[in-house]
Amino acid sequence: MDVKGIFTREEWSPYVAGGLAGALLALSVLVTGKFLGASTSFVRVAGMLEKLLWPQKVVQNAYFMKKAPAVEWQVMMVLGILMGAFISSRLSGDFLFTLVPPLWEERFGHTPLKRVLVAFVGGSVLLFGARLAGGCPSGHGISGVSQLSVSSMVAMVGFVAGGILVARRLYSRR
Amino acid sequence: MLLVAGFVTGIIFGFLLQKAKVLRYDKQLGALIFEDFTIFKFMFSAIAVATVLLYAMYDLGWVQFHPKPTHLVANLMGGLIFGVGWALVGYCPGTSVGAVGEGRLDAFFGVLGMLMGAALYAEVYPLFEGTLLSWLYFGKVTVPQLLGVNHWMVVGVMVALMVALCLWFEAMGK
Repeated sequence: MDVKGIFTREEWSPYVAGGLAGALLALSVLVTGKFLGASTSFVRVAGMLEKLLWPQKVVQNAYFMKKAPAVEWQVMMVLGILMGAFISSRLSGDFLFTLVPPLWEERFGHTPLKRVLVAFVGGSVLLFGARLAGGCPSGHGISGVSQLSVSSMVAMVGFVAGGILVARRLYSRR
Repeated sequence: MLLVAGFVTGIIFGFLLQKAKVLRYDKQLGALIFEDFTIFKFMFSAIAVATVLLYAMYDLGWVQFHPKPTHLVANLMGGLIFGVGWALVGYCPGTSVGAVGEGRLDAFFGVLGMLMGAALYAEVYPLFEGTLLSWLYFGKVTVPQLLGVNHWMVVGVMVALMVALCLWFEAMGK
């Protein structure tokens, strides 16, 4: 069997990769007790950055008291995602520096500035929503739904409904 | 040690996300405009596998669950806000970092926006504590607890639903 070929292959079936991600979650919970998630790390890192500017403010903030601005398991996991994606894309040769995704270009033309601005604004809206909902598609979507949590199923419906509503407007011409 | 475990878990997760191509803006928006369901195939496979493994380990007493608290108004409203931002940025918190790892630099601006959104949420959090976050608050509750049925019944329904949705995506050829 060509083991190396599996890792250098450009694409795996989403069912196989997704199934393995589910097994990875179960293994993580078994070994360390940690459920996969991502959005809390953005709070911790934002807190660490804010602390450089206004240390007093961060210390007194009620939310940063709950989610201490420090590097812990999940922050390391999120950094690991970056590393894993880098390794995988280098192995398969589809690492590519680019600012404008193909679908965006087809709809809005080659507009890097507009793309970057929309990504920034969208990112801030998204994370604000994730913290209000209590998680993102990893924490609520995969980890929460797998525990059959009521909150996660409700949040998941919100993610998809909100996303479809806006995406269909953006790409209505298609 | 926990930090190393987090980093390794992230590397594997990022590798799987990249191999399934779910880090791409085109795949994320593709799902929201019903043209390419790759991200949902990945997610639903992960949920199906993780649900069975987690509940089996739970019955054996090997793991503890940590469902996120249910506050219906915040879960749904936050979810919808997340969805709006998601359609704009085209990455979720975990995949944005992974997309940066494969060179997609628009995702980097998405990450900056997410840090901004996290900081904003920390600012307004005290306003939500006695309001949005306490309305329709039910604590950490799962669907089997809510319905008062054996959890394997709900696990079965969940797995069947995930499989049915994936079969539907395949039938549509998307």
